[in-house]
Amino acid sequence: MSLFRIFDIAGSAMSAQSVRLNATASNLANAESVSSSAETTYRARRPVFASALADVMQGEKEGSVGVEVKGVLESQAPLLREFNPTHPMADKDGFIYRPNVNPVEEMADMMSATRSYQTNVQVADSAKQMLLQTLRMGKG
Amino acid sequence: MAISFDKAFGIHQYTIGARSARAEVLAANIANADTPGYKARDLDFSSALEQAQSRTQSGFALATSDARHIQGGSSSSLAGNVKYRVPNQPDTGDGNTVDVQQERTSFMENGLEYQASLEFLNSRISGLLKAIKGDQA
Repeated sequence: MSLFRIFDIAGSAMSAQSVRLNATASNLANAESVSSSAETTYRARRPVFASALADVMQGEKEGSVGVEVKGVLESQAPLLREFNPTHPMADKDGFIYRPNVNPVEEMADMMSATRSYQTNVQVADSAKQMLLQTLRMGKG
Repeated sequence: MAISFDKAFGIHQYTIGARSARAEVLAANIANADTPGYKARDLDFSSALEQAQSRTQSGFALATSDARHIQGGSSSSLAGNVKYRVPNQPDTGDGNTVDVQQERTSFMENGLEYQASLEFLNSRISGLLKAIKGDQA
């Protein structure tokens, strides 16, 4: 019954979007985490999505394709190096390192992830309604 | 005169299966709206419906335990009927061709049509019940 598989598909998308929201929350929380060396500075994280080949498991040739999170990558954008000798975290040359997190970008990403999550909840809800009506078929 | 359920339910019994298969494909599109490289797909509805109708007439499927075994008469309701959508916007750079607005309206439309088929089936069932009971209620 393919309506039941909609729950798996929408569920995989919801968990993928929540991983994305988690990464965004982590990025925004650490947007001001300064450090005294480039190696220890926080870098913006992004999840990488890929379509999961659920059809292989289901024995189907085509059809349901859920989402899987391949991994969480750190952004390789350059860190912000700031001359601030009075800062307690300053290195011996007087520099501090700020994360390469762009809060505006993160806010937009957060909105996109929230909307995608909502859409998938609505899809699962519609599938539930369709199944419930099918179960009530013939009962008047 | 015998009551034939096959004739009583008409095309709606097959429509409902094809509609639920389409709902699955559209749900997969919506789920993969942010997946790079994912290509939006849709069900070729008329051929899926045709296949569903001919499938039930050809009887049960053969069990296969190996990929080289032949499919005996029946196969998945989706096989061969899922086609890639023609994108109506240029590539945004990540190779994804899902238009969420289009998919959402298609999903809603498909759900309504599913409900319409259910309503048709329900009215057929209540008609049959009325004929069986013979207006004794």
